[in-house]
Amino acid sequence: MKKKSAIDVLPAEGGLGNEPLLAVDNLHVEFHTRAGVVRAVNGVSYSLSAGETLAVLGESGSGKSVTAQAIMGILDMPPAKIPQGEIRFHGTDLLKLSEEARSQIRGERIAMIFQDALSALNPVFTVGWQISEMFRVHRGMSKRDGMKKAVELMDRVRIPAARQRVNDYPHQFSGGMRQRIMIAMSIALDPEVLIADEPTTALDVTVQAQIMELLAELQRESNMGLILITHDLGVVADVADKISVMYGGRIVENAPVYDIYKAPAHPYSKGLLDSIPRVDMKGQELYAIKGLPPNLLDMPSGCAFHPRCPYRQDNCVTDAPPLYEISGVRGSACHYWREVLDGSRG
Amino acid sequence: MSDTNTVTAPKAPSRRKPKERKPASLWSDAWYDLRRNKVFVAGSLIAVVLVLMAFFPSVFAPQNPSACNLADARQGISSAHWFGLDNQGCDTYARVIHGARVSILVGVLTSLVTGLVGGTLGLIAGFYGRYVDVILSRVAEIFFAIPSILGALLLLSVVGRDKAGVWTVVIALAILAWPMVLRIMRAAVITAKNQDYVTAARALGASPWRISVRHILPNALAPVIVVCTMNLGVFIAGEAALSFLGVGIQSPNISWGLMIADARNRFLMAPEPLIFPAVFLSITVLSFVMIGDAVRDALDPKLR
Amino acid sequence: MAAVGEPILEVRDLVKHFPLTQGIVLKRQIGAIKAVDGVSFDLHKGETLGIVGESGCGKSTLAKLLMALERPTSGSVRVNGRDIAAARGAELKRMRRNIQMVMQDPYTSLNPRMTVGDIIGEPFDIHTEVAPKGDRRRKVQELLEVVGLNPDHVNRYPHQFSGGQRQRIGIARGLALQPEVIVCDEPVSALDVSIQAQVINLLERLQNEFDLAYIFIAHDLSVVRHISDRVGVMYLGKFVELGKDSEIYDRPAHPYTQALLSAVPVPDPEGREQRERIILQGDPPSPANPPSGCRFRTRCWKAQEICAEQEPPLQIWPGTSHESACHFAETHDVVHAS
Repeated sequence: MKKKSAIDVLPAEGGLGNEPLLAVDNLHVEFHTRAGVVRAVNGVSYSLSAGETLAVLGESGSGKSVTAQAIMGILDMPPAKIPQGEIRFHGTDLLKLSEEARSQIRGERIAMIFQDALSALNPVFTVGWQISEMFRVHRGMSKRDGMKKAVELMDRVRIPAARQRVNDYPHQFSGGMRQRIMIAMSIALDPEVLIADEPTTALDVTVQAQIMELLAELQRESNMGLILITHDLGVVADVADKISVMYGGRIVENAPVYDIYKAPAHPYSKGLLDSIPRVDMKGQELYAIKGLPPNLLDMPSGCAFHPRCPYRQDNCVTDAPPLYEISGVRGSACHYWREVLDGSRG
Repeated sequence: MSDTNTVTAPKAPSRRKPKERKPASLWSDAWYDLRRNKVFVAGSLIAVVLVLMAFFPSVFAPQNPSACNLADARQGISSAHWFGLDNQGCDTYARVIHGARVSILVGVLTSLVTGLVGGTLGLIAGFYGRYVDVILSRVAEIFFAIPSILGALLLLSVVGRDKAGVWTVVIALAILAWPMVLRIMRAAVITAKNQDYVTAARALGASPWRISVRHILPNALAPVIVVCTMNLGVFIAGEAALSFLGVGIQSPNISWGLMIADARNRFLMAPEPLIFPAVFLSITVLSFVMIGDAVRDALDPKLR
Repeated sequence: MAAVGEPILEVRDLVKHFPLTQGIVLKRQIGAIKAVDGVSFDLHKGETLGIVGESGCGKSTLAKLLMALERPTSGSVRVNGRDIAAARGAELKRMRRNIQMVMQDPYTSLNPRMTVGDIIGEPFDIHTEVAPKGDRRRKVQELLEVVGLNPDHVNRYPHQFSGGQRQRIGIARGLALQPEVIVCDEPVSALDVSIQAQVINLLERLQNEFDLAYIFIAHDLSVVRHISDRVGVMYLGKFVELGKDSEIYDRPAHPYTQALLSAVPVPDPEGREQRERIILQGDPPSPANPPSGCRFRTRCWKAQEICAEQEPPLQIWPGTSHESACHFAETHDVVHAS
């Protein structure tokens, strides 16, 4: 009988309210391309409560961005298809709503910011015009009122000399400032959920720190839920309450943030944590996860991670592991999660 | 840590392996796609037939296109004359078949000439930049400005009506079209020049010659090939237009444009001598446009 | 590890200004972008010098200057005593054998229309004296093995490889001429996190095996710490701090370095509330118009009058153990939670 270790039943930090604000339930997304069917998302479930920060961690091809785009409803429906799954917002399945209803929610109640602010902003309109558009389209405000609100928002996201800069064009701002403008547009209508898809990957580290602090502050003010999609384990450690790690279109681990860094329960999470160099310590050779990320057109059988896994056994090749429940707030999609938790090598 | 990138995944027997092809360059990948493109196949078949017509007209039409009897003018379709007779009493069918030679020759030769001239100058302009580029681009713009009919008329008067032939038309068309090829090559070269692999070659100590021939040219060639292929159809139509206006091919040489011009006045009385060359002309142009379209899709890097 | 003796690379007062001109036919110079504005350092055999800085600091331009892909406005880059910046023609070509480069983007640094064998073999085609013709294929296959790729794949094309594998091909190409110095310009930034460790390990192994010296330019401070023996911090075209990795990371003396390090997120949520946060305000000034005196003073919390009047030289200030450029240099550990 396995002894329960101390890390097992910590409640999720910062989870307010009993019902999650947003719940993704067994979502599947496929892309029908010339070369075949790409199963980008294969049964993903995660949830977000008000005021909470959920980090979705994964590398390219893990399906983290596609899941977020499905939540926002901005996937091109051919070639994308959602054969299965629900996305519940306040209990209502968004996938069953009409496009009109979804577009009302999009931007107003669930908002998204992207990695590259320069291409997300329209280069031929001033930033003031673009921010005020949110108010003109969704709240029916006049141009003048919309502009006033735009200046207010630019102040709120700490853009210096907002009143003068409201008539500037996106290319006249630096990368960090453009990201703030995108944040301003996204919080304009006080959304309940903000999805940030790699918001700071393209920015310098000092600017990244500024932006993350801004996001945290805005979240505190409005009790907004934040889904942070990233591949940076450092950023996650700084701001997240809980993490979902994705690999090959599936969630391989769910955990509160302190637990996963102290004791990961999936070989992929463990491999990632062991392989990143740290600024506060200098080690010997880095542990490197061997092999390559999976080809989404030709996924390995059984567990998608098995070709690269040091804990692999025979049944890993044939049986895809479900998300085993470790505790009320932790899950791991590995047949041998106990061994991983123990830290022993296979 | 052993070799980190050979992934030894045990074979799952029920899984279908994705189609294995021999290691393929981008060119052979493009050819592979082309072969499967119905538009390309259709266009190419028509083009092949037309080329055969151009080089072996007597195989298709044993009749003599110059055996004309004015007394038989404007007779309709009959078993002896499948397309009827034209205003001069000549067999339309034979003339249409023989007319293919001029069209194909003009199309191919003009494409080659514009490709070589425009391509070479574009490569030089894009690669060296600065003054060389400024001079070549301005010269190209001057040629761009020459109106086509005027240019052809001038050329015809210089050469003389009896010496005028396929080459006159080729030069008249090429003079107008080479600036476009220069621009496309120049733009492609400038893009290629800024790629990291060119920087890497410079860092290795490669000479400018090696860089332009080994690195830039192969990567700049694709858009030029597409343009020259699509232009083939345009040149064929251009020759027909010039001949129609009387400043291209002169009789007794046979050209579809000339035939259309000759048949114009008596069209209502005898439509066949106009319709048949027009239809052949359209199909010819269409076939090359289809080929050009398919080539463009096959070479488009975004679809790779 | 760092070796003693003569440095194989000596950079002195390297400057690169890009002129800003006005006018179409007759161009008048109205200013200059001072991309690199006085950089000096030494590099010894087998050593790794990491260079960190944010966008606009000039580190990419510095890489190009070291590789003689740009000609400096002034200053020298001596490789084994000979100035590569002043060399021309055949001499320059010969000197290139000794200093090679690994580039950032694995998707654009390999010619898509050449086979991998041709790409790695090109150095031998350019410098025919390094390998006799018959030997080339074998050498290319050896290089593929050394970087961990299958030597049977010589006839494949870059698009048939993953990002990490392409980067290995780029590294193999850099090794072909057996240089003593390799300039790595953000070699792992474009790779997935799980692949970065593989490539970093490869670079370290190659360094040990071939006694290579690296200039490792990156913006990721954690990666730089891991691989470097010494580190230089760049800001607006100059070094503001230069020292051993432990000195820079555990005892930074310059305010910019301290701010930079405090901004790097540590993958450990424990103590995340206790770590010192220095959040710099605003954007860096333009390199066309750097502030007078100390360039960092416009964003520095320690700035005084002297900072605007006198530019602090890069030297070892009292109370510190390594070079920095600050009138008020003071070591302060920002990385570890107090």
